[in-house]
Amino acid sequence: MAEMKSTVNIQNFEDAEALPKPKSKVKEFVKKFTKRKTAVISFIFIVLLLLAAILGPYIAPYDASQADYSNLLQGPSAAHIWGTDEFGRDVFSRLLAGTRLSLASALSATIVGTALGILFGLIAGFYGGWIDSLIMRCCDILFSFPDILLAIAIVAILGPGMINVIIAVAVFTVPSFARIIRSATISVKESLYVEVARSIGCKNWRILWVHIFPGTIQSMIVNFTMRVGTAILAASSLSFLGFGANVTEPDWGAMLSQGRNYLNTAPHIVLFPGILIFLTVLAFNLLGDGLRDTLDPKMS
Amino acid sequence: MGRYALKRIVSAIPLLIVISFLIFMFIHLIPGDPARLIAGKDATKADVELVREQLGLNEPLPIQYGKYMKGLVTGDLGYSIKNGKTVVEAIAPRFEPTIMLTISSMIWATIIGVSLGIISAVMKGKAVDYIAMLIAISGISLPGFWLGLELIQIFSVGLGWLPTGGLESWQAYVLPSLTMGSGIMAILARFTRSSMLESMREDYVRTARAKGLSELPVVMRHAFKNSLIEIVTVGGLQIGGLLSGSVMVETVFSIPGLGRLLVDSIKFRDYKVVQALLLFFALEYIVINLIVDLLYGVINPKVRYN
Repeated sequence: MAEMKSTVNIQNFEDAEALPKPKSKVKEFVKKFTKRKTAVISFIFIVLLLLAAILGPYIAPYDASQADYSNLLQGPSAAHIWGTDEFGRDVFSRLLAGTRLSLASALSATIVGTALGILFGLIAGFYGGWIDSLIMRCCDILFSFPDILLAIAIVAILGPGMINVIIAVAVFTVPSFARIIRSATISVKESLYVEVARSIGCKNWRILWVHIFPGTIQSMIVNFTMRVGTAILAASSLSFLGFGANVTEPDWGAMLSQGRNYLNTAPHIVLFPGILIFLTVLAFNLLGDGLRDTLDPKMS
Repeated sequence: MGRYALKRIVSAIPLLIVISFLIFMFIHLIPGDPARLIAGKDATKADVELVREQLGLNEPLPIQYGKYMKGLVTGDLGYSIKNGKTVVEAIAPRFEPTIMLTISSMIWATIIGVSLGIISAVMKGKAVDYIAMLIAISGISLPGFWLGLELIQIFSVGLGWLPTGGLESWQAYVLPSLTMGSGIMAILARFTRSSMLESMREDYVRTARAKGLSELPVVMRHAFKNSLIEIVTVGGLQIGGLLSGSVMVETVFSIPGLGRLLVDSIKFRDYKVVQALLLFFALEYIVINLIVDLLYGVINPKVRYN
């Protein structure tokens, strides 16, 4: 009998060996993600931007704040590949220096705003009733001011400066997330699988996080990518209007604002910061699209 | 539905009161003495007192609030420090340019955006899809103020086809409207596509196809109708975005609208005008949110409001 048991066990073990090994989720993700060329290019671009943000001052050909009055408003040349500004400062070096400022402010503001928005949106959509009313009315209050106007109002109260810009951008990110996630939650909670989960006695928190939250991921990722872009645009807009970074700082928006006065004589001062903002926002959007397609099995 | 609509409309009233209170508090939340900030660093004590008197900051807070609320009801919003006009007189002529810009931008952005999204979803994976999404994603990623500057550079300075600013003729609306609507067009196109792709995978679409319906009714009557809830949400949210865009567009194109007045008033510390403008934007946005909420129920009866 003992011998028989041992034989069966060995047999089972051998069968298990013969089964294909489960694929690593990370490997599977990387394999799927790398098939999307635009997302991979965007990812590389963002990594390069992050490197530029870290190494900017060390790799810049000129000091970003060093004026050169013998080279005012020069167009692109071998010495200054993206030309010089109204103080003769190298535009390329200033954009490199501005990368750190722009990326750090946009990312930190979006992450904080997104986390709070998702939490509030899920709770409001799932529980309904007075919690929903309370959260949505708070969102309505924030929503009652268009994004950039709310940011301007907050900066007008707190005063100009990058920290205040981050607070302002994070605050206006919250309600849009909460509303979209709430809307998705309301739709998902009517689904059959949520009803089944409820009928077999799943607790609310489990239904919320295991069954409803994954159903909102697609909307969340699409919105997050847009919000990172929006945050970069908002921060540069505030600087453009003169409410954000100081004009002496090498901020992308502030550079555009200053360059605007020389549109006829030196259009490159406006052209290059604009292209950099555009490409950065584009890269975040394309990366988000790629992540969505990879993470959502329905899309694949 | 009727009960929900009534409940939602009534619930907007306390919201308005809270917002009016927050906007009233705006001037009091500014660190330091607003009267000193307005009068300037070199102002004498008497000048600062005069400004304080003009703003009514000498009185206790509840009385200030009472007067402010009474002013809201009677239309007496105080005086602009910048030019001595009443706030209503200062704001009234600024409405038309902003409203005209908003409407023209929203119309073209909605038509093009939703159409691009539907075409893209139907032609998924084909060249048309890639081109449409390239347009959409570029529209989202473009900084509006930069787009405006480059459009001026190309069409006004370079080619001389369109004016650089002002709103004297219909041609003057073309570049600001294009600048203002580009982002919303792009967002609507992306959301419409994403939502349509989800709807088109649903069983009811498969059933519609199985019973022999041609592609157009399947897409428009079944898939698009069910995607409308997301499109209306996003579209509704974007109106506020348009008004925020008016700040940038009006600054770039030197248009004397509400957005530019707000920026100028904040820079000039003309707080009474800032308060009135913030209140207007808030009112407008609450009404739009209300309409979006009510449309949820009309478009998708599955969504219940209990």
